[in-house]
Amino acid sequence: MAEDDEDRADALFHALADRTRRDILRRVLAGEHSVSALAAGYEMSFAAVQKHVAVLERAGLLTKRRNGREQLASGDVAAVRSVGSMLTELEQVWRGRIARIDELIATEEEH
Amino acid sequence: MPVTDVSHDMDTRTLTIVAEFAAPLQRVWQVYADPRQLERVWGPPTYPATFVDHDLRPGGRVTYYMTSPEGEKFAGYWEIVTVDEPTGFTFDDGFAHEDFTPNSDLPVSHNEYRFVAFDGGTRATYVGTYASADALQKVLDMGIVEGATGSINQIDGLLAT
Repeated sequence: MAEDDEDRADALFHALADRTRRDILRRVLAGEHSVSALAAGYEMSFAAVQKHVAVLERAGLLTKRRNGREQLASGDVAAVRSVGSMLTELEQVWRGRIARIDELIATEEEH
Repeated sequence: MPVTDVSHDMDTRTLTIVAEFAAPLQRVWQVYADPRQLERVWGPPTYPATFVDHDLRPGGRVTYYMTSPEGEKFAGYWEIVTVDEPTGFTFDDGFAHEDFTPNSDLPVSHNEYRFVAFDGGTRATYVGTYASADALQKVLDMGIVEGATGSINQIDGLLAT
């Protein structure tokens, strides 16, 4: 691994070593959230949540943009996902569909 | 689970999944031929799919949208390439604007679905090919991620490497 990659890995692991930050990341990977909406979900101050968001941002896992007075955070999916993990994720989606077809077919047979 | 085999080809960004259903070939075909059945299986309960146009013939179009828990709609379309009832069909799957016109800024994936009578039931083989990592990501971003499991798995994967 190159030095830069090692630095990036350090930042990633540091960012993900905290439970609240992992939780924030899960939420922003699912869609854009304002920092104040994120903060409302935790028993800590807005400033503390802001710090967590900043750590995730420095690790390249999250991007922020301003919208009027709001700060909106979204997960940088590309930073977290590789082709391998995306195929795995897609596989889960397809498995879900297959399971639902199976259920649909099975419920009819009972009628 | 009726899934019997899965393979990922990283180089071609192709996902192949094989499943066996305890139902005759014609019954499995019906799931795809009937839009009301298709929408019961296409999206998870959290992201229900609504099929609008459904012309399962070569050159035909199928349009649908998925609705997120927040009420956001993600529209998609299929352009049907070949149809061999009841043994399969091939189609291109793309993103659409709200009026279902194709959104050409976003990637299209190629899909091949094959069904064969097997052991008293039906074996289905699904193959999806994505042109780029970006294409894969867009498909996942469309809101087809089942709950937040995908994101959680990614993080767990990161922590495990």
